[in-house]
Amino acid sequence: MTAMTETQTDDGFRISQLLYDTRYRSITIQIIALICLLIGMGWLVNNAVTNLSAAGQDFNFDFLGNVAGYDINQTIIDYNSQMTHGRATIVGLLNTLLVAILGCITCTIIGVTVGVLRLSKNWIVQKLATIYVEAFRNVPVLLWIVLTMGVMIKLPPQPRDFRGDDATASMIFNDSVAITNRGVYIPRVLYDAGSWVVVAVLLASIAGIFMFRRLARKRQEATGQILPVLWVSLALLFIPVIVAQLVMGSPVSLEYPELRGFNFADGLHLRNSLIALWIALSLYTGAFVAENVRAGILSVSKGQTEAAASLGIRPNRIMNLVILPQAMRVIVPPMISNYLNLTKNSSLALAIGYMDLTGTLGNITRNQTGREMESVLLLMAIYLTLSLSISALGNWYNNSVKLKER
Amino acid sequence: MTKSVFLGALATAGLLAGAASAQTLAEVQDRDSLRCGVTTGLVGFAAPNENGEWEGFDVAVCRAVAAAVLGDGSKVEFIPTTGSTRFTALASGEIDLLARNTTWTFSRDVDLEFEFVGVNYYDGQGFLVRKDLGVTSASELDGATVCIQTGTTTELNLADFFRANGMSYEPVPIETNAEAQQQYLANACDVYTTDASGLAATRAAFENPQDHMLLPEIISKEPLGPLVRHGDNAWGDIARWTLNALIAAEEYGVTSENLEEMMAGTDNPEINRLLGTEGNLGEMLGLSADWAANAIGVAGNYGEIFEANIGEETAIGLARGLNAQWTDGGLLYSPPFR
Repeated sequence: MTAMTETQTDDGFRISQLLYDTRYRSITIQIIALICLLIGMGWLVNNAVTNLSAAGQDFNFDFLGNVAGYDINQTIIDYNSQMTHGRATIVGLLNTLLVAILGCITCTIIGVTVGVLRLSKNWIVQKLATIYVEAFRNVPVLLWIVLTMGVMIKLPPQPRDFRGDDATASMIFNDSVAITNRGVYIPRVLYDAGSWVVVAVLLASIAGIFMFRRLARKRQEATGQILPVLWVSLALLFIPVIVAQLVMGSPVSLEYPELRGFNFADGLHLRNSLIALWIALSLYTGAFVAENVRAGILSVSKGQTEAAASLGIRPNRIMNLVILPQAMRVIVPPMISNYLNLTKNSSLALAIGYMDLTGTLGNITRNQTGREMESVLLLMAIYLTLSLSISALGNWYNNSVKLKER
Repeated sequence: MTKSVFLGALATAGLLAGAASAQTLAEVQDRDSLRCGVTTGLVGFAAPNENGEWEGFDVAVCRAVAAAVLGDGSKVEFIPTTGSTRFTALASGEIDLLARNTTWTFSRDVDLEFEFVGVNYYDGQGFLVRKDLGVTSASELDGATVCIQTGTTTELNLADFFRANGMSYEPVPIETNAEAQQQYLANACDVYTTDASGLAATRAAFENPQDHMLLPEIISKEPLGPLVRHGDNAWGDIARWTLNALIAAEEYGVTSENLEEMMAGTDNPEINRLLGTEGNLGEMLGLSADWAANAIGVAGNYGEIFEANIGEETAIGLARGLNAQWTDGGLLYSPPFR
């Protein structure tokens, strides 16, 4: 009976087809690969569970609710040593975000500037830009971070040099900023009662600027007349705020740093570790951004420049209105990966004692609680979430600038 | 078929990996070398000398254990660890013994599942400052910038001390002693705090040690000792009794100089049992009869090791203090060798 069936169903399914029929072969291979992958992962998980239980350790995240017991120098939200490891983790995460955001902004500014300069016709400018790019791109970022930190500790004066009549160092910008080897102290903004009015006026001004720009663009499109957007914007930004500040009796004030005791007190303390990490990451990633920008600009054909020039557009307007918008399509995708790299590289903060996520959860908490497995897995999950969020934002922006195909 | 055999073997290996941790002695003997975790460099306790050989007070413990187990104090592979990598290194089995100024605490013993085999240095946390800072007491440190090694008990003590005294401070977290030294000497921090012995050792390495001083306050108890993993009691016993042998040897007057003649036999049965000429203590540990004699033979007894590495004759210049024998008013007290 079985023999009958086999001969009858010549075009039916046979087991050997899984291997020899090109319609099924790729699926077979994929299923086998999937099984191997699952077995491999299962083995890893099993190994971890077996070894943890052999070492008598369980797997739980209760430690996040225990008292941390250690202090963190830079805290964006309120924190003290009696709060939990979970809170310390959040403080670390915010510090990571702070340096990542600052770094992404400055690396973009540096990168775009240098990328354009590298295409300059001026020989010295072009070579300087090349030297910067090659120097930073080809040395590991950890070395730049450590070097920057070393310079920050060794070169600037100590706080005590500012003291006394024979002070060897002095504050700059009318005694408002102190650069020391423990960090930079800058004035801090204090908000007294009534400052909400000033803040509200500021927000209204910003909204006004956007409305004015839209108006100016419409007018230009309709009549060809160009309004002085920059000057009006600046005036809109500053004049109402200053008026509000004066009318309300200066509710928003500045607190200046002052040398008191061992250190400068008051003001805002930008720690060496933050500055060193920020500078090093910005300069390093900026070199990559510069290359992307250069590649993007070169991807726009020279005919575009010539066509714009023949219409009588001035060179800087050609760059801003013709070249860069087209170059953006080439620049944006690799920029996302640069931002991702910068964010992940910020975990090198550990080397200079910047208390980021790796410093708090990945180092001190892991070490004080002995929960290596949990801490590292949680750390990886947080970085993964962070990176995927940056990717999502980047892709959203990319969709808005890419060539619209209709 | 071959594939499934291979995978099966992998899975079995994975299952067995956990069970293998209870035979450290056999592993060390097979390897013919002891893997000992030490600091990344703290002169007097563990640091490579000009010939690249590790030496110091903690290193001597490693060498003594290697001599007891393998009969040769040079069969040690030293693995430098930082304050925050040391426990992972020990828990994962990368090292067999950790001798790295590590404070014996409840949570490390119970929760982290390590076994402290004894105390080789009774210490406390102190503060190192420049003399020209004009500070004479730790209670005057309000607002100071403090360099602190991360992942240590000192980090927690520091937070407690400043909180209990209602003072504020700015912690500068650092990873290694060398980094702390760099920051402190550049005056990026006013104070460096760690165990007083570590501060003395660090200060000894300064260009002008006399410009710096330790503040009188000792803010914590820091019993420092070697440790092993939980779960391998036989190995823990070997480490514990090697340390005790060094301490007992000082108490009974066994030194590196008179070891040979003591080995010929003495009228003191306690010494005879220690050196293996009487009884079978070595056999009980699974070692040769002269295990303790080998351990003492490397660098002498506890007192000799102390004097040679961190004692008053050295640049570090630590007095015995609490670390004297109980007969001299100290805390060192080895249980009997019986």
